[in-house]
Amino acid sequence: MKSNNWTEAIITGLIKSAGYSAILIVGIIFIFLFREGSPAIVEVDLSSLFNLRWYPIEGYFGILPLLGGTLLVTIGAGLIAVPFGLATAIYISEIAPRWAREILKPLVEVLGGIPSVLLGFIGILVLAPFVREFLHLPTGLTALTGAILLGGIAIPTIVSVSEDALDAVPKTYRDASLALGATRWQTIWRVTLPAAKSGVLTGIMLGVGRAIGETMTVMMVTGNAPVMPRGISALFQPARTMTATIAAEMGEVANGSVHYHVLFLIGIILFLLSLIVNIATASVVFRQRKRAERILS
Amino acid sequence: MYTNLRMKVLLLALLLGACSGPEDSASLGSTRAIKNKGSDTIVNLALAWAESYQDQNPQARISVTGGGSGTGIAALINGTTDIANASRSIKSEEIANAEANGITPVEFVIARDAIAIIVNLHNPVDRLTIPQISDIYSGKINNWSEVGGEDRPIVRLSRETNSGTHIYFLENVLRQGNKEDKTFFSSNTLLLPSSEGISAEIRQNPNAIGYDGLGYVTADIKVIAVARNDSEDYIMPSAETVNNFRYPIARDLYMYTAGEPKGAILLYIEWLLGSDGQSIVSELGFVPILQ
Repeated sequence: MKSNNWTEAIITGLIKSAGYSAILIVGIIFIFLFREGSPAIVEVDLSSLFNLRWYPIEGYFGILPLLGGTLLVTIGAGLIAVPFGLATAIYISEIAPRWAREILKPLVEVLGGIPSVLLGFIGILVLAPFVREFLHLPTGLTALTGAILLGGIAIPTIVSVSEDALDAVPKTYRDASLALGATRWQTIWRVTLPAAKSGVLTGIMLGVGRAIGETMTVMMVTGNAPVMPRGISALFQPARTMTATIAAEMGEVANGSVHYHVLFLIGIILFLLSLIVNIATASVVFRQRKRAERILS
Repeated sequence: MYTNLRMKVLLLALLLGACSGPEDSASLGSTRAIKNKGSDTIVNLALAWAESYQDQNPQARISVTGGGSGTGIAALINGTTDIANASRSIKSEEIANAEANGITPVEFVIARDAIAIIVNLHNPVDRLTIPQISDIYSGKINNWSEVGGEDRPIVRLSRETNSGTHIYFLENVLRQGNKEDKTFFSSNTLLLPSSEGISAEIRQNPNAIGYDGLGYVTADIKVIAVARNDSEDYIMPSAETVNNFRYPIARDLYMYTAGEPKGAILLYIEWLLGSDGQSIVSELGFVPILQ
């Protein structure tokens, strides 16, 4: 009995420390980013940081075009991935016959495992020429090309997580809805999807998070020109994202130089951006759960 | 991509080889791999040198990686490479950084290179002057019809800013060697991370113009003849026109060592500057240094 307690205490301790280690690691990463990135705010004055020119080898550190590029490509990817991902998840979970489901689900998960550099390669050789010819653009290396590929990267995550959430909705919900005379579509749209909302939102958040952080693909297909996006037409022009900038330039900079600190500052902005996405989703999920609890009690 | 893969395979093989026999290296003393890193322009040449040198000297081990001139020099400063390859000469602040780390970079000119101006095979333009190229890249000329071509928008391709070729091009073509000139690359210039990215886009896009080391130009890409200005002759890049200084966009390629090279590194550099090494230079489309 006593030895049982001992092992229990050890295992509980291990599990607890594993749980807290995530917080610790995030904390350490943020401290490191902050230590390396914060000098940039002193070294480069704010007006120059909000300049529209990014040309670090001559001291131009305008980060707005990079922030704009990341937002442009990520929002574009979201607009592609969310409808497609949700529709696929609903089809797999609610509509597809059993056999189709057993083929589709693993295939979508395989799609999620394709290395992004491979997608970038396909992007350069197939998608970029297609986009250029189809839309009569000067070049196919545009924000749109990046958004399409990033959408492709985000879709498997969204499908996989949302499908699990939809699948977990009790069958009685659907039966009750159908028994009340609702059509199949009304049941999916008004009952099943709202009941699975928190899981679906988590899936979207994870998918969009992947799109923000994705580096290799965007570096290969967006053309990396630091142009400030203005309006919808920017989607059909080249863009330079924050991740691609860090990846392309980190190898070159001297340790401790201004350029090095600015790259870490960009890292902090990326970190905050994904934090905002996380908090926004978590607050929606949390509010919804409270409401559900109120109704049930 | 292909060269990158080859590079990685070679590197892996070298690493495995280096791991397999710690006791040999202890007994022979000099079989530690020579690490050679830097310019993507030079990486194929450096690989060919390393392969050939290792064939002749089975005990020698040389690992070659690319990444860009700045990357190589940064690695030399941080002490993570023995030889840095650079397609530009070292900057004064890099020398200062190196000396702060107790390293004195020593320069060797190892070959010469012409920078070819390249376009799609279907582009009818076959000659440009340096002022025209400068105006194209700075954004003053935006349509091929302004330089005698079809009515098509110009898509400008460049290497990333960590590339020695980028800096050479900025200083000697865009700014035409004028240090006071503050002309920039037009902000919609595509900055591609590799030479291969540039040739892939040139091959399929008739609007594109790019620049790259002569050693990287393949038969499915069109090279443009260049003149210093419109009163001089238009010259195609080649070993001959580089060595007689007629082709205007040519430069020296460098290797840097940490301090005067000794032992295996010295032997290697002497070999590649000798006739064996320099014959490989011309095989790869670069220009051997004049003896």
